[in-house]
Amino acid sequence: MSALRRRNAVNAFWTAACGAAVLLALLPLASLLWLVISRGVGGLSLDFFTHLPAPVGEAGGGVGNAIAGTLYMVGLASLVALPAGVGAGVYLAERGDGRFGSAVRFTTEVLAGVPSIVVGIVAYGLLVVPMKRFSALAGAVALAILMVPPLARSTEEFVRLVPGTLREASLALGVPAWKTGLRVVLRTALPGILTAALLAVARAAGETAPLLFTALNNQYWNARPDQPTASLTVQIFNYAVSPYSDWHDKAWSAALVLLLLVGLLNLAARLLARGRGGRTA
Amino acid sequence: MDAPANKISVQGLKAWFGKNEVIHGASLDIPDRSVLAIIGPSGCGKSTFLRCLNRMHELTPGAGSSGKMLLDDRDLYAASVDPVELRRRVGMVFQRPNPFPTMSIARNVSAGLRLNRVPGDHAEVVERCLRQAALWDEVKDRLDAPATGLSGGQQQRLCIARALAVEPEVLLMDEPASALDPIATAKVEDLIHELKQRYTIVIVTHNMQQAARVSDRTAFFYLGELVESGPTEKIFTNPSEQRTEDYVTGKFG
Amino acid sequence: MPLPADILPAAAVSARRGGNRGDRLYHAALQLLGGAVLAVAGLVLLELADVAAPAARRLGLGFLWRNDWDPVSGAFGALPFVYGTLVTSAVAIALALPVSVGLALFLSEMGPRRLRPVVSFAIEVLAAIPSVVYGLWGLFVLVPVLRDWVQPALARALGFLPLFQGPPIGLGYLAAGVILAVMILPTVTSVTIEVLRTVPASLREASLALGATRWEAIRMAVLPFGRAGIVGAALLGLGRALGETMAVTMVIGNSPEIHASLFAPGYSLPAVIANEFAEATGEVHLGALAALGLVLFGITVLLNGAARLLVAAVARGSARSAR
Ligand SMILES: Nc1ncnc2c1ncn2[C@@H]1O[C@H](COP(=O)(O)OP(=O)(O)O)[C@@H](O)[C@H]1O
Ligand SMILES: [Mg+2]
Repeated sequence: MSALRRRNAVNAFWTAACGAAVLLALLPLASLLWLVISRGVGGLSLDFFTHLPAPVGEAGGGVGNAIAGTLYMVGLASLVALPAGVGAGVYLAERGDGRFGSAVRFTTEVLAGVPSIVVGIVAYGLLVVPMKRFSALAGAVALAILMVPPLARSTEEFVRLVPGTLREASLALGVPAWKTGLRVVLRTALPGILTAALLAVARAAGETAPLLFTALNNQYWNARPDQPTASLTVQIFNYAVSPYSDWHDKAWSAALVLLLLVGLLNLAARLLARGRGGRTA
Repeated sequence: MDAPANKISVQGLKAWFGKNEVIHGASLDIPDRSVLAIIGPSGCGKSTFLRCLNRMHELTPGAGSSGKMLLDDRDLYAASVDPVELRRRVGMVFQRPNPFPTMSIARNVSAGLRLNRVPGDHAEVVERCLRQAALWDEVKDRLDAPATGLSGGQQQRLCIARALAVEPEVLLMDEPASALDPIATAKVEDLIHELKQRYTIVIVTHNMQQAARVSDRTAFFYLGELVESGPTEKIFTNPSEQRTEDYVTGKFG
Repeated sequence: MPLPADILPAAAVSARRGGNRGDRLYHAALQLLGGAVLAVAGLVLLELADVAAPAARRLGLGFLWRNDWDPVSGAFGALPFVYGTLVTSAVAIALALPVSVGLALFLSEMGPRRLRPVVSFAIEVLAAIPSVVYGLWGLFVLVPVLRDWVQPALARALGFLPLFQGPPIGLGYLAAGVILAVMILPTVTSVTIEVLRTVPASLREASLALGATRWEAIRMAVLPFGRAGIVGAALLGLGRALGETMAVTMVIGNSPEIHASLFAPGYSLPAVIANEFAEATGEVHLGALAALGLVLFGITVLLNGAARLLVAAVARGSARSAR
């Protein structure tokens, strides 16, 4: 009887230990979210979203150019990476069963694990060296290389989830394979793929390391792809590691803006994943 | 119109998956506007035979076929034949109902037309085909509802309507009732009786009563071999081959 | 059995597989996109090697083992970065693995069902937070906490170990390790859950039917079965930790030295690339940094490969025992 009591006590102990692990994991999350909100919210104003950064010691100023730069580079990257990633995923799902397909799949896995800072070096060699200057384009290329592999992987997964019987139904109606692929199979997998695409965009918006020596930074507005460009993340980094406490405040506010942006993208992805799972076109 | 007596003629068909030959030379004719039933134990090559008729078989990686297959006396596998065009003339209904889940009932029916860019709003076609498939009365008030909300039997009739909408000449049905309850099965069988006025139908079934009820002619496959084909009545009452007799009397299979 | 494909003339076979023109184009386009992935991977390697070449010629592979880094005077010994990367990643995995396994067990076996979605949502949020925000939090929250509370306490309790000696300054290996632990938690947890899911229900039920408590079933049936997969999860986490840049750069102290104490400031491979690449003093400096990138690339490829193999091995094992 007491053996049983001891065994139950051991069970209770380990159950509690798992609960403790949960608390331990939630603690940094709660602390981080609370601090970003509480220390960041004070600095938010319309100016913060629309103005250029102010010099040290001067009040006011914003991160308008950094927000614009992030959107600009992520947009440029998405333009190439979204179709390429989805296309590579469709290839893997539809034609990727041979040896070449396995090679592509393996390469995708490998690329997905490459640290983002390394991709920054690649974009540097690819664009900054020949152009002899840092540029939004180089930043966008780095982001694009980072976006493709995870997107290709999730696209393959979602396309493979589409039952083969739907493809057959369409082919049997005399619909060509390419139309079947795009308008039946891809269409059916679309909610999942859009979710994955939004997550890829969110991830790209939060990247810092690959921008440090590709897009660098810029104190001013920039819309030219061949010029250095500010980004929210690099701006947060520069503010945070500076010795000035008013810049630290700006780092928190900018971090809040970044979290809002990333959070909104994630939220949209979630809603899409939940709401559109196979309703009427 | 002066249609050839045989809608389809198959001569020496072999089919394989990779190195595995699964049909070892089958020859048979299918008269226009008749129903051919294909029977045989599972794995004997019935589905493969059917899928050779609309060239779906070759879509499986490593799969291929040889031999002659004529539709209206023209070679199905001639270099000039586009398999995509062919599949519009030879429609197919599958074992499990497979409506497009992203489309409404009406859009499922018109899917073949829309995907093939036939202009128009297709409302008329949708109604005609749903009536032909004996589904109109059950769904006319909810044409815009998702097709996935229908029962299994309704979904299968929807798939038949979808196949009819592209105006095929031949309809292939691969065990269309095997996933359905008896009432839905009866509806599909009635439907086949209606449809044979206008279409040539090839139906695979491993239910022999069903074959006897719906078909004019029957073909018996066994282990990849076409053992015997002929008028349904003869196959079931007076077959020429011992193996056919054993099978239709339930001695094996 | 005849081999029809061999008997038929090739022309006949290919004629029977001919397709629609649009389809041939489509398939060619898809093939091209697949090939593009290979091309990008090739490009990544080529560019890295290209930027690294000047340094590789001048320094040779030996620079990885030399312990001096002073670009201005032309000294490029990368050992402090290799050391810092390994130490911080080891700390991270040591902290994250038990917590992750606990979390995974909570989410898949032990936790109250109503709490599970909340916790798993929180883990997803943790995974979505950008690295630079972790760095910010680490710099202004974690570092002071370590400096004022954790390090003095550790020094009092375990100060006889060289690991926990020296002045508590907050910035350093420990801070980087802790923040990495938080950052890899979601990866390790989700892969562990994936692994636990592959444990056949029959194993668990068999022990429960013998009268085992829930924990005993986990210890006797679930954990042993999933062990290789959990090691795989840890390796995947390690792969992420090795390459993580911003948060580490912001809290590791950025000092190219080697110290036994976790309290001391150090440096890591990604951090030195992040800090010095944009303002590198010359071709060799740039090349040395790129060579570090190449090393990082190689390590992560190996780790990810090994991890995937382990996780797949567990999945195969469960398929076998389900039969
Ligand atoms: N996709 C496939 N790949 C390889 N072999 C297959 C495939 N489909 C069917 N087969 C094989 O071909 C043979 C005939 O199958 P099938 O035509 O589906 O038989 P039935 O429809 O009469 O049950 C079987 O032996 C089966 O194992
Ligand atoms: Mg079959």
